[in-house]
Amino acid sequence: METSQNIQETLSSNEIMLNLTDLKKVYPTPNGDYVVLEDLNLYVKKEEFITIIGHSGCGKTTMLSMIAGLNEITDGKISILGSSIKGPGPDRGVIFQSPSLMPWMTAMENVMLGVNKVFPHGNKKEREDICKYYLNKVGLSGAFHKKASELSQGMQQRVGIARAFAIKPKVLLLDEPFGMLDSLTRGELQDVLIEIWNKEKITAVMITHDVDEAIFMSDRVVMMTSGPSAKIGDILPIEFERPRSRKKVLAHNDYYEYRKHLINFLEH
Amino acid sequence: MKDSLLRAFRFLGLGFLEPVVRLAAGEDSKKNVIQIFKKVLAPIASMILFLGIWYTGSKSLYNKEANYAIEKTRSERGDAESEKTRDCIASGDVSCQPNTLPSPKQVWNSFQLLLEDHRQISANKEAFIVKTSALNKKRLEQGKDPIVYTGRPSFVDQIKTSIKTVFAGFLLAFLFATPIGIIIGLSETLRNSFNWLIQILKPVSPVVWLLLVFMIVKTLTKDSTGDTSYIISFISVGLCSMWATLVNTAVGVSSVDKDYINVAKVLKLGTFQKIFKVILPAALPLIFTGLRITLSVAWMVLIAIELLAQSPGLGSFVWEEFQNGANDSNSKIIVAMFIIGFIGFLLDQIMLTIQKLISFDKGSDV
Ligand SMILES: Nc1ncnc2c1ncn2[C@@H]1O[C@H](COP(=O)(O)OP(=O)(O)OP(=O)(O)O)[C@@H](O)[C@H]1O
Ligand SMILES: [Mg+2]
Repeated sequence: METSQNIQETLSSNEIMLNLTDLKKVYPTPNGDYVVLEDLNLYVKKEEFITIIGHSGCGKTTMLSMIAGLNEITDGKISILGSSIKGPGPDRGVIFQSPSLMPWMTAMENVMLGVNKVFPHGNKKEREDICKYYLNKVGLSGAFHKKASELSQGMQQRVGIARAFAIKPKVLLLDEPFGMLDSLTRGELQDVLIEIWNKEKITAVMITHDVDEAIFMSDRVVMMTSGPSAKIGDILPIEFERPRSRKKVLAHNDYYEYRKHLINFLEH
Repeated sequence: MKDSLLRAFRFLGLGFLEPVVRLAAGEDSKKNVIQIFKKVLAPIASMILFLGIWYTGSKSLYNKEANYAIEKTRSERGDAESEKTRDCIASGDVSCQPNTLPSPKQVWNSFQLLLEDHRQISANKEAFIVKTSALNKKRLEQGKDPIVYTGRPSFVDQIKTSIKTVFAGFLLAFLFATPIGIIIGLSETLRNSFNWLIQILKPVSPVVWLLLVFMIVKTLTKDSTGDTSYIISFISVGLCSMWATLVNTAVGVSSVDKDYINVAKVLKLGTFQKIFKVILPAALPLIFTGLRITLSVAWMVLIAIELLAQSPGLGSFVWEEFQNGANDSNSKIIVAMFIIGFIGFLLDQIMLTIQKLISFDKGSDV
């Protein structure tokens, strides 16, 4: 199995979008310091979709929020296109586990909040068109002016997806975006997400607990070891062609091999 | 039609009439009859019970006072005088009525009298204005102050004054406490540095606030001849009542859901946008709860403050009646008590309605 390190040597640096080197995170606790992550190395190529799986509490959210700039880096480096990140910014779109929409705003206004920030020069009509385009893409053409608090969980998360894509980030960070949804809605939203992604090809890092979701969505599945001092344990490249269809993926022989590999890792 | 009527009723806080509307619209009668019983008849029954207890209570207090008076006369001036006293009380003569808790009927009569008195005074005032209008015009041309009506204010005038004072105080509290609460809420350093002051000042009694305001306003208005008691009382009301708004605003602003803050951070919103688009809307429900408490506290302390500051209003009405000790003073005080309670309830309903209108969280009914 190739490790992330030696692949990286063979890649020229301008193919790498996101790079984590020797990342370390320590949380101070009343009983002394707790080392969540240590010596964590990971790179993500441009236009790559990776998923992260690992046991609960191993530090996935911690890692993702560090990439988002919402959580301080104890040691090591996170860089995007070669330059270190400084705090949060709209070059990284985040889709949170809970939709985190402003409930007092309409779907449109929620998406607009980010678009206004990123395209301050365009006129109002152009910005509205961007919002409408993405809201249409996630299947909310009829709910532009509904208050977020009046939308169902699934619809709210659709708005969350639209909001993240509409600011055209370089990297998309998703923390169990469908974890709170029932399995039917989850399948629908996976399709919505992957459809937009196929068009926009924004480098994406997604945390999931769902092995099937990981295989269906990603180019590589990154497995994290259990904490403390979690690092990358194993990486499984998923070789299915894109665009993928759920039916074809499920029918493919390799699917069960991949699945076995992942479950094997998680059970040990 | 029915649905919009129901919505309107619920909006106005008259939700208990819902089953009556439903029954009138010919809906499932058995269920609605039970609902009517629960929501309409039961409260009416409790009201009757309340009046009953009040009536018997006041009657027994009355008898006790009367017997005491009769016995006292007997021991001091003999049987013949005591018989006279008994007859006098029984005849209902005003001069010898026992002074105690008035009965519901007496209170109702006083209420009617107060309204009658108000009509009388309004009529006088109008007549006065008509009479003096020509004269005032002349005085105005000569550069003199017009003559104004200075007669006794009626009960309704007192109510109006009180409401005016409470709104002035509430407005002051609102204009003062919300901005400060927002600023304190935004900065942890400020919050820590002012916390002690807020915690110490919050429990200070209305009386002390009044005295403090009195000290300051008295000096500030040394050379003005106007009536400062009104200014003193509304500032005191504002100071007493603003703490709930201040604390709630600070808490609301400082405890905005972390998710929203993260969204604002990721989108890198500017400070202005972050405050006005994210933090304030998120804190609005708590701010409003604070304002609601402020208004009800303002109304509650107003009466005491008016009473102490000798400024016109319901408070001084109650105090004057108490000192006056006329035969119907007690029942007038009880009338004032009900009016005070009723207006307090109305003010709270108004705030609740506005809160429902602006709240994004339609489900909650705090
Ligand atoms: N602010 C914090 N202070 C101290 N410890 C923390 C803090 N945040 C997280 N932790 C600890 O760090 C570890 C990793 O947490 P994290 O939320 O990153 O896990 P996770 O892999 O996302 O788990 P899950 O799959 O359940 O979401 C956990 O043991 C958690 O208790
Ligand atoms: Mg997590």
